[in-house]
Amino acid sequence: MSHYLAVLIFIFAGTGIVLFTFFLSRLLRPHNPYPEKNLNYECAEDPIGTSWFQFNPRFYIFALIFVIFDVEVVFLFPWAVAFGQLGLFALVEMVIFILILFFGLFYAWRRGALKWV
Amino acid sequence: MTWPIATAELFPIFSYLYELLESTGLPQPWLAIVVYTFLAVVMFGVLALLALFLVWWERKIAGHIQQRFGPMRHGWHGWYQTIMDAVKLLQKEDVRVATRDKPVFFWAPVICFVAAFLAYVTIPFGEGLIVADLNIGILYVMAVTTFTVISLLMAGWGSNNKYALLGGMRSAAQVVSYEVPMVASILVVVLFVGSLSMVDIVQAQAGGIWNWYAFRLPFGPIAFCTYIIAATAEANRTPFDIPEAEQELVAGFNVEYSGMKFAMFFLAEFVNAFTVSAIAVILFFGGWHGALLPSWMWFLGKTFMIVLLLMLFRWTYPRLRVDQLMEFSWKFLVPVTFVNIIIAAWFKYAGWYW
Repeated sequence: MSHYLAVLIFIFAGTGIVLFTFFLSRLLRPHNPYPEKNLNYECAEDPIGTSWFQFNPRFYIFALIFVIFDVEVVFLFPWAVAFGQLGLFALVEMVIFILILFFGLFYAWRRGALKWV
Repeated sequence: MTWPIATAELFPIFSYLYELLESTGLPQPWLAIVVYTFLAVVMFGVLALLALFLVWWERKIAGHIQQRFGPMRHGWHGWYQTIMDAVKLLQKEDVRVATRDKPVFFWAPVICFVAAFLAYVTIPFGEGLIVADLNIGILYVMAVTTFTVISLLMAGWGSNNKYALLGGMRSAAQVVSYEVPMVASILVVVLFVGSLSMVDIVQAQAGGIWNWYAFRLPFGPIAFCTYIIAATAEANRTPFDIPEAEQELVAGFNVEYSGMKFAMFFLAEFVNAFTVSAIAVILFFGGWHGALLPSWMWFLGKTFMIVLLLMLFRWTYPRLRVDQLMEFSWKFLVPVTFVNIIIAAWFKYAGWYW
C-alpha cells in the first residue's frame, strides 16, 4: 500500500504548485476590474439572461449508455488479467456477456438513441 | 512496514540524494514523504519543460505545413518564444466574470491540471525511472486522466457563459464516448501481459521489435489504430476538438478564463497529449526498450514520434461534425474494439501468438 502514498502526495503537491503559480501571478499582474470588463463574453452583446438553463437531453442519454459500457469494462479488467489461468470456460462466458451487451447497444441504435439531433 | 521507493533505488542521482537524506536519520514515513514531494516538484519541472517544448514544436510544424515559418523572432527559430509567452501569461490580469459560480470557476483549472499531473505517478520514463510502480498502473492512469472531464464541465458551468456551457457539455459527451474504445483497446495488451503494472507491461515486450504489441498480427495493429483515434479524442485535439471549436464556440469551456488560469488549461492540454503518447509507447512500442542509447532517451524519442503523429493529424484533417463524431465512436469503434478483444482472447487461448 505504501506506493499509494505517492498518489496522495502528488495530489497535494500538484494542487500546491498550481495555487503557488496563481499566487505568483497575483504579485505581478495588474488588477483593474470594472463592470463592463466583468460582463460575460457574448460576441460584444450584453448577455441575455443566465446560461444556467435547461439543455439538450442528448448528453444525458450518451452518459447513460457510457455507464453501462464502463461497468462492462471494469468487469473485463480482472477477466483480462486472470485470463491466462482461466481457459476456455472464461472465453465462452465473456463472449456471451459481450453479445448480451451488444444486443443492448443494437436496441439503443434501432431506437435512435445514438442519433445526435 | 517498509516504504520501497523504486526511483530512489534504481536511478543514480535519486539514489545518491536518498542516501544523503537517510544519513540525516529521518524516521521512515517522513523520509518517504520528503522523497515523494521532491519527486513531485521535479516531475512538475519536467512536464513544464516538455509542454514549453511541445507548444513551440507544434507551432513550428503548423507553420511549415502551411508554408510559413512559425515563430522566428525570439532566438534561433524562435526557441524561447513559449518561455516569453509563459512570462506574459503570468503578468496578465485575471478577468473574472461578475456572474460566475465562484468556487467552481476557481477550482476547475486546478483540477484540470492535477488530473493530468497524477498520471505521472506511474509512467516509467526509463528503466527504474518511475515514481511508484503501482500494481494497478494502467487502470489507475485511465481513472485519474478521466477527471479532466469533471474539470471541463466545471469550467463550462462555472463561467455562466453559453459558449462555455456548450463546450463543456460537448467535451463531456465526447470524452465519455471515446473512453470505452480507448480502454477496450488497452485491454488487448492487458490480456496478453496478464498484469496491469506499467513495468510488467514494458518488460513483456523486451527482446526486439517483433515483441512489441503494435506488430503482433492481427490484433496488435488494430488495437493501436483504435487506441490512437480514441486517444486523440480523449486529449481533445483536432480532428476531434469540437469542445473548443474556435469558429463556432469561440473557445469552448475556456472562453472566460485569462492569465494563469487559462495557462493551466493550456498546460494540461499538452501534458495530456504527452500522456496519451507515452501510454501508446508503453503499451504498443516497447516502452524504454531499445539498443545502445540509454533507456530514457528511447522512451522520449518514441513518445515524441507519437506526439508528432498527433500533431500531423491536427494540421492535416478537418474537424468532424458533432453527430459524425458520436456515431463514429458508438457505431464503429466500440464494435471493432470488442470484436478485437474476442479475437485476441481466442489467440491467447489457442496459443497462436508469438
